[in-house]
Amino acid sequence: MKKGKILEHELVPKHEIMEESEVKELLDTYKIKKEQIPKIKISDAVIKEIKAEVGDVVKITRQSRIAGKYISYRLVTE
Amino acid sequence: MRTKRIKGIKFGLLSPTEIRRMSAAKIITADTYGEDGFPIEMGLVNQRIGVIDPGLRCKTCGGRMGECPGHFGHIELAAPVIHVGYAKLIYRMLSATCRKCGRVLLEEKEKKRFLAEIERQKEKQADVGDVVKQVFKEAVKNAVCMYCGEHQKVIKYDKPTTYIEIDEEEKKRRLMPTDVRERLERIPDEDIALFGMDPKSARPEWMVLTVLPVPPVTARPSITLESGQRSEDDLTHKLVDIIRINQRFMENRDAGAPQLIIEDLWELLQYHVSTYFNNEIPGLPPARHRSGRPLKTMEQRLKGKEGRFRGSLSGKRVNFSARTVISPDPDIDIDEVGVPEEIAKELTITVNVTERNLESMRETVRRGKRHPGANYVRRADGKKVKITEINYGMLADELDIGWKVERHLRDGDIVLFNRQPSLHRVSIMAHRVRVMPGKTFRLNPTVCPPYNADYDGDEMNLHVLQTEEARAEARILMAVERNIISPRFGRPIIGGIHDYITGLFLLTWGEKKFEREEVLALLRKIDIDDLGKPAEAPYWTGKQIFSMILPKGLNLQFRGRINDVIIREGELISGVIDEAAIGSFKGIIIDRIFRQYGEKAAKKFINDASRLAINYILHAGFSFGISDEDIPKEGEEQIREEAVREAEHKVEELIRAYEAEELEALPGRTLEETLELLIMQELGRARDEAGDIAERYLGIENAAVLMAKSGARGSMLNLTQMAACVGQQSVRGERIRRGYQGRTLPHFKSGDLSADAHGFVRASFKDGLSPTEYFFHAVGGREALVDTAVRTSQSGYFQRRLINALQDLEVKNDGTVRETRDTIVQFKYGEDSVDPSKGEYGKVVDIDEIIREATGAEVGA
Repeated sequence: MKKGKILEHELVPKHEIMEESEVKELLDTYKIKKEQIPKIKISDAVIKEIKAEVGDVVKITRQSRIAGKYISYRLVTE
Repeated sequence: MRTKRIKGIKFGLLSPTEIRRMSAAKIITADTYGEDGFPIEMGLVNQRIGVIDPGLRCKTCGGRMGECPGHFGHIELAAPVIHVGYAKLIYRMLSATCRKCGRVLLEEKEKKRFLAEIERQKEKQADVGDVVKQVFKEAVKNAVCMYCGEHQKVIKYDKPTTYIEIDEEEKKRRLMPTDVRERLERIPDEDIALFGMDPKSARPEWMVLTVLPVPPVTARPSITLESGQRSEDDLTHKLVDIIRINQRFMENRDAGAPQLIIEDLWELLQYHVSTYFNNEIPGLPPARHRSGRPLKTMEQRLKGKEGRFRGSLSGKRVNFSARTVISPDPDIDIDEVGVPEEIAKELTITVNVTERNLESMRETVRRGKRHPGANYVRRADGKKVKITEINYGMLADELDIGWKVERHLRDGDIVLFNRQPSLHRVSIMAHRVRVMPGKTFRLNPTVCPPYNADYDGDEMNLHVLQTEEARAEARILMAVERNIISPRFGRPIIGGIHDYITGLFLLTWGEKKFEREEVLALLRKIDIDDLGKPAEAPYWTGKQIFSMILPKGLNLQFRGRINDVIIREGELISGVIDEAAIGSFKGIIIDRIFRQYGEKAAKKFINDASRLAINYILHAGFSFGISDEDIPKEGEEQIREEAVREAEHKVEELIRAYEAEELEALPGRTLEETLELLIMQELGRARDEAGDIAERYLGIENAAVLMAKSGARGSMLNLTQMAACVGQQSVRGERIRRGYQGRTLPHFKSGDLSADAHGFVRASFKDGLSPTEYFFHAVGGREALVDTAVRTSQSGYFQRRLINALQDLEVKNDGTVRETRDTIVQFKYGEDSVDPSKGEYGKVVDIDEIIREATGAEVGA
């Protein structure tokens, strides 16, 4: 598939790099450290596409059969 | 004593020094017991390495049998031998290091890179195996040592414990364990980290044994046979072998025996030590007992289902349990279990005697061994006394506060009831005991579905809870009525089956009329004190009788299997009760009662419904026999002519068209596939049609039809096959084609494509199948059999893996799912935070239903 196109594919959920403040808020709500967030590899196609860096937290919004909309967060790692 | 916390567990190799240090005795004699019957000094059953004889004291720690945990001894091996468990690793290390200077054959730069990578993996608590594999792979590639310039030779590993060095001229030289050990010794500490090992706790040369630890006798107890003869443990036998060879080796070497003999003995010693660790090494004949039975040595003790881990640590045998065959009893409550008196007298509950139960406990003890009695009492000083025919009166008088009584199981006690395989949580539920005559456990048939039990010989286990906490917990979490709604799909898993559905179906079907006496007889076992007004005085209707067991004020409307069921104010207005209403897995009425009125009401409803159903079906009578499969003559004619013959004609027509090349292929299919597809369709239609015709002649008054329509048991397809036509048999979704070249059986011509020749069974089961039909049916049946066998084993293993992977996940108070390290797996449990057994079928709440409740109006109507 051509570069830049994968984000438009219907099976690829929305990935957003979170701001520092947003991350802090997230960590506070769940009373966790960054390492306790689920991981995603830097080599992941979408992560490469949105140019996220190691240590970034991405917010993934996807359609869920069960809940309609489900928001998940992932920490970018090596 | 202070409690300590385990900070970590480290695994390593035992060094020869450590083996000697922890040894309480050096073992040099292969003999065990002397002529005086006492263990001999320096022997394998040594008084310094543990005691197994009662009365003797350990010479190391002074403990008696049971107090002394045992101590290790050691054997000094005459010559080093390879530890089979590490043979492969030794080979890899030999290949990866220089034969002269012992350094790992990698450039300094590369070493640094690998070490850093290993460090990183360790920090992540990840497996270093992949990196280490890479180290070995890279190191063998270098043929010349970059540190001393030595030319490397290829090392061949000859399973299980031989290493051969081959030089450029193809000359072979065997590396003896001594050579191997020397080479491993030369590997410097800083290079060992490259193999993922810590040189402080695991030096590679320790993998070549010079000293063998001897486990304490407590780990290999000998047993005394009835004849008074001692029989030693397999491990002891193996150790005897090792010591014998070890001594012979030493004697021969000291006597200056030829190299050949020494090497033979060395090989033999290697064999014995290898099989001592593992007696199932490929390429080695297993060491056998005199009787020919292979010895059970170290690895065999640990490995497999009956091994130490799966057999002794993960799975334990328990006390206070019973197992027997189960049988049905519709008259007991759903949360009861019928326990044979014989079992109730064996299983006990320990009761503390207090001021308040002193008298009743005296009474219990006074009954002695007769049923609601007791087996033991424990005095205030902790002494346990068995209650016998002679002393029960005395003990009862003596009984005092502070004593304990081990009393028999009684009616109302809480026990756990279980049927294997315990696949989900409702495979173990808490029941109330009901002591009964007979030898089987009795359970209400409505609780068969969660256990997946039937009465064709199934056995179940029962566990008696021993503490008050356990009983409270079981009552709150595991009681049958708590588990009526399945956490899997949020519908009742406990409910009517078979006759229960048939019974209530018959009762509520049509306008049945009952006199007062009949009504009373039907409700005999149910607690109802108001019959209400008869609908058609002096007769009550079946629907009225059913309504009596419904909770007051229940409003419910749903689509049943047959018609719409309407319940208003606890009255069944219209509709017939079927599987959708009270069956397990569906059971809309049960579901509603559970949610609206709670578990007690749901339990009562199921109890009442099951009694009413059984009473009514007994009253009305219900049977099924061969004659229920009878179809009138004209019906049979119709099936033969209209359905079967016509289809066969069409098939012939298709074959003719195919042979005349007039048939047109469907998109994406070959001509042959098209023909097969069309034939399959046609023959499938033939059977359906035959079924439809049969159905027309068999009304709802037919027992089989009634069962199929109400959902009690069987389907219309089952009936069709019995009464009208069995239909096409298939293997992998195709007509049967296997067998001989071009034909399935010698009864047909080669290339025959007709229905008959490829597994169409035109007969019904009642008519009986022709020989060829019978054969085809067996072929199709075999496939179904194999499929279920494969499916169950595969899904069982898959489930095991899933459970192992998910067992430590936990839903926390903030709704997140986390694992033990508190890392998040899911931010919202199930993505919607809904417990299926509490929510309304996938939604948090059923808004439509709430509006209907509040306003009395239909939503959207």
